[in-house]
Amino acid sequence: MPTYQLKVNGTSKSLDVASDTPLLWVLRDHLDLVGTKYGCGIGQCGACTVHVEGTAVRSCSLTLEQLDGKSITTIEGLSEFGEHPVQQAWKEADVPQCGYCQAGQIMTASAFLDNNPNPTEEEIKNAMHGNICRCGTYNRIYKAVEKAADQMN
Amino acid sequence: MRTTGLASGGMLIGFNLFQACKPEVKLKPPVDLSKLDYKDFNAFIKIAENGVVTIFSPNPEIGQGVKTSMPMIIAEELDVAWKNVHVVQGKLDTENYTRQVAGGSQSIRHGWDALRQSGATAKQMLVNAAAARWGVNASDCSVSEGVITSPSGETLGYGEVVAEASQLEVPEDVELKKPSEYSIIGKGAQNVDIDEIITGKPLFGLDYKKDGMVYAAVVRPPAFGQKLLSFDSSKAKEMPGVIDIITIGEKARKLIAAQPNIGGILSSSNKVAVIAETTWQAFKAKEAIEAEWEDDVRMESTADHDTELNALLDGNEFNTMREDGNVNKAFDEADEILERTYEAPFLPHNCMEPMNFFAEVTDERVHLVGPIQTPEWKAGAVAAMLDRQPEEIALEMTRMGGGFGRRLYGDFVLEVAEISDKIRKPVKVVYTREDDMNDGIYRMALKYRIKAGIKDGQITAYHLKEAAVNSNMYGLIPNFFPAGAIENYKVDTAAYKSNITTGAWRAPYTNFLAYAEQSFFDELAELMDVDKVQMRLDLLKKVDADADERIQYSPERMTKVIETAVEKSGLGRQPSNVYQGFVNYYCHNSHVAEVADVEIENGIPVVKKITCVVDCGIVVNPLGALNQIEGGVIDGVGHSMYGDYGFADGKPLATNFDRYRLIRMKEAPKVETHFIKNELSPTGLGEPTLPPAGGAVANAFKAATGKRMYQQPFTKNPELLQPREKEIIG
Repeated sequence: MPTYQLKVNGTSKSLDVASDTPLLWVLRDHLDLVGTKYGCGIGQCGACTVHVEGTAVRSCSLTLEQLDGKSITTIEGLSEFGEHPVQQAWKEADVPQCGYCQAGQIMTASAFLDNNPNPTEEEIKNAMHGNICRCGTYNRIYKAVEKAADQMN
Repeated sequence: MRTTGLASGGMLIGFNLFQACKPEVKLKPPVDLSKLDYKDFNAFIKIAENGVVTIFSPNPEIGQGVKTSMPMIIAEELDVAWKNVHVVQGKLDTENYTRQVAGGSQSIRHGWDALRQSGATAKQMLVNAAAARWGVNASDCSVSEGVITSPSGETLGYGEVVAEASQLEVPEDVELKKPSEYSIIGKGAQNVDIDEIITGKPLFGLDYKKDGMVYAAVVRPPAFGQKLLSFDSSKAKEMPGVIDIITIGEKARKLIAAQPNIGGILSSSNKVAVIAETTWQAFKAKEAIEAEWEDDVRMESTADHDTELNALLDGNEFNTMREDGNVNKAFDEADEILERTYEAPFLPHNCMEPMNFFAEVTDERVHLVGPIQTPEWKAGAVAAMLDRQPEEIALEMTRMGGGFGRRLYGDFVLEVAEISDKIRKPVKVVYTREDDMNDGIYRMALKYRIKAGIKDGQITAYHLKEAAVNSNMYGLIPNFFPAGAIENYKVDTAAYKSNITTGAWRAPYTNFLAYAEQSFFDELAELMDVDKVQMRLDLLKKVDADADERIQYSPERMTKVIETAVEKSGLGRQPSNVYQGFVNYYCHNSHVAEVADVEIENGIPVVKKITCVVDCGIVVNPLGALNQIEGGVIDGVGHSMYGDYGFADGKPLATNFDRYRLIRMKEAPKVETHFIKNELSPTGLGEPTLPPAGGAVANAFKAATGKRMYQQPFTKNPELLQPREKEIIG
């Protein structure tokens, strides 16, 4: 089995793990980074969203082999103490109910705002449409993204 | 109530709240958790000598916010600063807590008196200790944010007197605060786990790990009614990381057959558990199992359920839940009759965190960890299944990635306990999304047929018939509005026994009943040519709730909610491009009215906004309450618009979110909430705003399109279908 290299939250990791293992399970089972959540396994719900080279991706749908040598950011590495403007906006808006999907929501929102710091209402809604929140906290997710955009400007 | 000095200093105050608050009750009655209605539990407060206050929150947290709101109530009466309170999830502890359940929106309602008593009693003991040290009367001392002040101005912190306080007698009849004195209740506190959630800390069952833990994935029957005949595991055994492949199901089946009320699923089929070193290895090896299944019983399809439920509605075999007057006579004498039928499909719960649970069975004990709404019930079931003593079972609750009723049942707890008992390893069973959706305990498919008679411009008769798969409405639901408002009133139920498993789904029964009745009222008002809201208000005037103890809703509170909704939503005064639908409803002890605003966009009606007015008494945590209300409304809109789950020959038609549609950001309406302000005891909010939402949408669609919705999901009506947006996949 080949060894794969990932840079996860700034730290280089050497992984002797089967090549077809989805990044999601590499993070959760091999690297103990359980903030990235399993929701559907087919890229439909967004709970597993992480950044690969700064772009939001579904970690359940990319294999270790596809990501060899890439730089990954997970919710644990978005900021040191949760001080990223998106995390803080999530706190101020008190977004979560059960909280399970929120790491994925935050990762989607933070990559989106990096590319579009002045989004319109429609752009925010389009950007967040791929992440399901079963508790229905969409009103607060929208408010938090809007708030974070204000903070980042 | 008892106090215990801690070896490390400080005091642990344990309250048997049920006995503390109701001294006339000496013994706990046997608790039937299937009733989902609890009356008592215990709480713990720990005060350290350095003044830090820890409050153990006994009830399971499924996203309904009790881990924040219940400790707030204790902290209010204890008189400590909320920012100095540390909240910890209590473990299952049948000796000191009772009724550790999440269900029925009952935690706050039933906890209200007991939680306040516990905080106030602890405060009084601390004040008594300080007063004794100063040699003054306790009643002359004052308290603010955990600091006691003597008449002459000396001060002592709670931590400084806690050791003495723990030795004192427990006072009775402590004084509770007046609502005007509240400084925590009603002020709004953030979710106590917010920092952990936004930084991705391990909180959930799926995140739990223990040294040496292995993972199990389970091969389940692909269709309801099928039974495992044989399986070939030769390929799977050779796959990387695979530790063991075993057959399970016999122990749970034996237990449930002997004790049907113990929970779980009575399945005639065995299952195959694949145990591996990692989750992905277990998932992959599971796919490599070649299993043969045989049809064991009738293989049911959605068309069969449709036929069976229609036959029940057309038949004469009903269980009468309530009967006032004589509906048949009133129908014979009526000037006009309206009869309509409303239909709903099965619904899976789809908690975002798939079912999972950890177990470690050893000769000494059974250690269980994970997300469960009914920990006591399931710990008892595991003890019975494995023939162990109750004290050998230790159960820890994690935060839950949603519950919605699915985690009441704990079939997955029995499953993992059986696996660990066989392999004698610490193991976590993890459901794939497909397992979660297809091995569910669904909201049953059901239909209502409602018939009303009108004579001389009055509604003289109302007859509601329910036909449902497996089970029918229960408790006081047949006594909800309009019971008591119509002279001749009857509720009949009938069930078709299916082998598809069904159970409680957020706001059981009313989650569909509210839409059916509120649609019917609108159509009735149209037939009578009267104002829709005025018709409801006129009916409420006829209700004498004092004359009928079965009626729990308050006509006065409902009237106030309705009038406020009309005012706040601008009903009847809206712009010409906005079409509105009105509903009012009572369930789970709260009164709600909702108005949906629909606009036509690109030729399709779109739900833009829901105005929601709620009377839940005192609002303990407004920040959390608003979240529950918004979520309940959006969940109600989403499932009535899109929720559709059917079967072909026992096999579910959707297996994952590519074929099962949940509401998403762009479809979610803005929810505007208004509370009725009063000082009445609080009621729960996890469920009450969900049931009416579908009715508000249906009534607004009628206003917008002229078409009535008789079937959920509403997207079965082609003219309401949005072109399916391309999913955004990263």
